[in-house]
Amino acid sequence: MSAALRAPAHGPLEIRGHPRHSTLVRITHWLSAFSFLGLLVSGVAILLAHPRLYWGETGAVGAPSLIDLPLPFVLEGQSGWGRSLHFLLSWVLVGTGGLYVAAGVATRHFKRDLLPGTGNSDEPGIYSLLQRLAYLAIIFLVSPLIIWTGLAQSPAITSVVPALVGALGGQQSARTVHFCAAGLLVLFFVVHVTMVSRAGFGDRMWAMIAGGAGGRRT
Amino acid sequence: MLSRRRLITSGLAAAAGTTGIAVAARLANRYGLIPPDGGGLFGVGETLTYAAQRIVTSGSLAREFTRGEISRVAPVNGDPPETEQYQRLRAGNFSEWRLTVDGLVARPSSFSLADLKRLPLRSQITHQACEEGWSFIAEWTGVPLSNVLNLVGVSRRARYVVFFPYDVSWDSLDMADAWHPQTLLAYGMNGQDLPAGHGAPLRVRVARQLGYKSVKYLSRIAAVESVKDIGQGLGSFAPEVGYSWYAGI
Repeated sequence: MSAALRAPAHGPLEIRGHPRHSTLVRITHWLSAFSFLGLLVSGVAILLAHPRLYWGETGAVGAPSLIDLPLPFVLEGQSGWGRSLHFLLSWVLVGTGGLYVAAGVATRHFKRDLLPGTGNSDEPGIYSLLQRLAYLAIIFLVSPLIIWTGLAQSPAITSVVPALVGALGGQQSARTVHFCAAGLLVLFFVVHVTMVSRAGFGDRMWAMIAGGAGGRRT
Repeated sequence: MLSRRRLITSGLAAAAGTTGIAVAARLANRYGLIPPDGGGLFGVGETLTYAAQRIVTSGSLAREFTRGEISRVAPVNGDPPETEQYQRLRAGNFSEWRLTVDGLVARPSSFSLADLKRLPLRSQITHQACEEGWSFIAEWTGVPLSNVLNLVGVSRRARYVVFFPYDVSWDSLDMADAWHPQTLLAYGMNGQDLPAGHGAPLRVRVARQLGYKSVKYLSRIAAVESVKDIGQGLGSFAPEVGYSWYAGI
């Protein structure tokens, strides 16, 4: 038997037909990534129109604040495009997230890859417990929280479901929690990109773009 | 690698998606779910938000509060109009002021402040948020806009009610918000006459949208079938300076 016909112990043959990330995960990952960055930039543009945070129903200059962010008040010209971009990308991200979660349940992606206690975390290509918990928290806690607190700031939506804002203690509380949830997403983003870089940026990027080969996932 | 089955499935999905979007756009247009500023890339977001909120908010009432929750601080954004006409009316305590109501109405009319105060009034304590991020709670007293629309006999053809103030910030509401029971022509705030900075002598109060939709310093109201010929045709001054026509957010 020639060497060329023998299946190698490690190498591309092993993972052919079984990419590290499914097509749906890759598409929703990048749609989410670009939407998130756009939402972050536009969110900052909106925040700069009034960089003070309050607790309760109301808050304004002249009333007591919870936090005065060390940022300038930018009243002219930035929040208009900021708001339009923010609301457009909210639709993109909520649609993408909904598709990802529905598919993740249907294909058992959450159960197989993210729920703790499945698979051996020493195997290549398997997430560690901390990674699993971080991903699950972002998908099932922080993302719903930021959608909820966004909707709770809408006078039209709260006219239909007053409990959305009532449960948070008021419209300004919703705004403040929205800001804090955004902070958690930024923290996740920084740690995630750092881990990807340390694990081998090119390899991991290629895995998320084209499917890619084995190795520990990040 | 693309298999034939996958290619066919993707093709069918793309065709179904395109047809679906075309059908949705026609339906949205027929039921008035496309806002006047629904064009362009950002218009996609505006349209999705407006259509979704119009479908779910039908008949819903904005939250109302108790007197104890009225804010001590109610900031004012911008100064009263500096036009000579407005200043003269203000100096005369608005006794010469009139609100013109015309357009697609059976009986074009003009109301003095005293006329409006004789109509059945409504008081409500609501939350008003500025798009900048701050907010306050106040009690507003005035005539429901629906009363005035009934008095002048607004036509069934009307799709928008346009508000012209003494400054540049004209705006319009769709009929859902124009007929809404909490949409007031307010002449009183927190038990007193409307202060100058808050829009004296009369402003509209739109309870389910952000503060900038509540046009101050009203001069004229017109019922129209289309807003295409007013200003840049985007439904209000706001989109002309980069903000949304619909602000239910």
